[in-house]
Amino acid sequence: SYTPAPLFAALNFLSHQRKWAQDKEYVGFAALPNQLHRKSVKKGFDFTLMVAGESGLGKSTLINSLFLTNLYEDRQVPEASARLTQTLTIERRGVEIEEGGIKVKLTLVDTPGFGDSVDCSDCWLPVVRFIEEQFEQYLRDESGLNRKNIQDSRVHCCLYFISPFGRGLRPLDVAFLRAVHEKVNIIPVIGKADALMPKETQALKQKIRDQLREEEINIYQFPECDSDEDEDFKRQDAEMKESIPFAVVGSCEVVRDGGNRPMRGRRYSWGTVEVENPHHCDFLNLRRMLVQTHLQDLKEVTHDVLYEGYRARCLQSLARPGARDRASRSKLSRQSATEIPLPMLPLAETEKLIREKDEELRRMQEMLEKMQAQMQQSQAPGEQSDAL
Amino acid sequence: MSKGFPETRTDAAMSELVPEPRPKPAVPMKPVSINSNLLGYIGIDTIIEQMRKKTMKTGFDFNIMVVGQSGLGKSTLVNTLFKSQVSRKASSWNREEKIPKTVEIKAIGHVIEEGGVKMKLTVIDTPGFGDQINNENCWEPIEKYINEQYEKFLKEEVNIARKKRIPDTRVHCCLYFISPTGHSLRPLDLEFMKHLSKVVNIIPVIAKADTMTLEEKSEFKQRVRKELEVNGIEFYPQKEFDEDLEDKTENDKIRQESMPFAVVGSDKEYQVNGKRVLGRKTPWGIIEVENLNHCEFALLRDFVIRTHLQDLKEVTHNIHYETYRAKRLNDNGGLPPGEGLLGSVLPPVPATPCPTAE
Repeated sequence: SYTPAPLFAALNFLSHQRKWAQDKEYVGFAALPNQLHRKSVKKGFDFTLMVAGESGLGKSTLINSLFLTNLYEDRQVPEASARLTQTLTIERRGVEIEEGGIKVKLTLVDTPGFGDSVDCSDCWLPVVRFIEEQFEQYLRDESGLNRKNIQDSRVHCCLYFISPFGRGLRPLDVAFLRAVHEKVNIIPVIGKADALMPKETQALKQKIRDQLREEEINIYQFPECDSDEDEDFKRQDAEMKESIPFAVVGSCEVVRDGGNRPMRGRRYSWGTVEVENPHHCDFLNLRRMLVQTHLQDLKEVTHDVLYEGYRARCLQSLARPGARDRASRSKLSRQSATEIPLPMLPLAETEKLIREKDEELRRMQEMLEKMQAQMQQSQAPGEQSDAL
Repeated sequence: MSKGFPETRTDAAMSELVPEPRPKPAVPMKPVSINSNLLGYIGIDTIIEQMRKKTMKTGFDFNIMVVGQSGLGKSTLVNTLFKSQVSRKASSWNREEKIPKTVEIKAIGHVIEEGGVKMKLTVIDTPGFGDQINNENCWEPIEKYINEQYEKFLKEEVNIARKKRIPDTRVHCCLYFISPTGHSLRPLDLEFMKHLSKVVNIIPVIAKADTMTLEEKSEFKQRVRKELEVNGIEFYPQKEFDEDLEDKTENDKIRQESMPFAVVGSDKEYQVNGKRVLGRKTPWGIIEVENLNHCEFALLRDFVIRTHLQDLKEVTHNIHYETYRAKRLNDNGGLPPGEGLLGSVLPPVPATPCPTAE
């Protein structure tokens, strides 16, 4: 039977750090990263992935292929006449995936209606607004009273689908990417890449890369691999980077070709495209880079770079109106954030938030009391240490 | 196909301005069947051969327009259809091809010869269609171009001293390229076909169909056909112009099962089973353009060129052009457009059928 390769297990252990664990000569704090890693992974891993691009490029099929789910089962694609006056909507779908003891709460953000209408002017604005709203929410939570359980609903990555039928980026693609590139990590992919012959794929990729450069669009930069990696790994890493934008094919149908093992693919009269065959498409590369190695980095860049940028802009725009001297502006650090009126919220909403936070505080206090009571009852000698 | 003008033309000009939306093609009188006791062979049937010889001498015009978003393989398909470089491909990746800001109309003419028959083929390309962020009314330049050709023909026709053979630049066939999304038509597709199906023969094709499996193809086609029907869009061959039962059965089959044709185009040849075939070579197989198991290019080619070429021209002349002409005459108060005509005296209706422009 068909068993897919483990997706998230890599989150648990960075392979090249295992060797430190076994050596008794060392003090052992080189294992610290693993401890931190495990702690955060035990909490569960949240990730929000946005998928954008015009309809019919295989987005839903690819997501289902990547995460081996059937998230879009009940989806209804409206007819053209219904889409004549459709406005862009933002849809969220959540799925919990557990693998190798790791729980991943994946949120998928979809943008049905994008690029569909006859007039698509400004159709990207709702998307930009959505991304900023998540930042806003996080900023508010971060500045709030209870910061232990902040829900991170920020968009960590946007997979942008480019048509294989065009001649590179279309005006709409450029407009969308320029509107969001400073706010979200963009990974461009070419959908339905089985429409292209190998030479066409290379030419299209080059054209897209040139256009991205010309239009000064910053896509997500996969970080340089560590210098202590072996040559093979470095070469593989370089090859993967060269293949951006990834030319992908998705499928959830399993095909059996003769005596070969069953695999996912698309069967045509002239042959079968294998989704996981690196000579057929970049699906494996995308999966490796997005899920297996860079999930955490995407979150970090979102937090350290994109969100910080948003936060700085936001707080600066607060500082501008009214006469504020340099000294007080420097006080706009995290500690004093609560003293500044939170931006962009009507009064009624603020009050509602305060009430909610109060409730949360009360609940937490109750829990604390319960835990204290439990601890007093149990006289357990010691807790299991995290053996490495 | 009828070769005469409708008898009521003059009447329509004089009577109330109730424009008839579409003049029905005049039905020729049913021939009285003669008791076939012909003694000997007359030779009436040689008329076919005479017509053929004449056509070969004069050659004929055919104007085909291609409409669709850039990159859907329009030029490649036309080149494949006519087995020559009749359409300049703008798809060379290295060239600095900018998408035009408005829809442009580019007509390129070629003379193709086959078996002694000369065809003056004009391919009309429409770069810029559907490529902008705002594509509202992007079909207007196309509609304008088509009507301009009707106007040109009309002006020639009403001249006192007419050319023996009026040059025919009217668009006989418009291939509309549908993107193979697999879902349904796009709003722009609907808008274009709604506006233009009353003005020109539209043949919808599904472009780059090598991205769909057999099931996906058949589902997509069904959905597209249904959407067109629901929206009242009549593509060629239109139901109302089926002449007789034979036409109807043949066209019904095409309308309800084959169309829109799911095509793949190519200008490259590969070796398959010892033969050189036009196709696309991928790591998982070679798609053969003329293999009916792979795509419906051969069906499209046979339909447009081998069986319905003449019909396309005739429907353009007898239906679309006549509609335009009637509207223009009505708008003008019954007068044909242009100078050079004294008073309102129309040239007498000819007793014999006029030859169709070839």
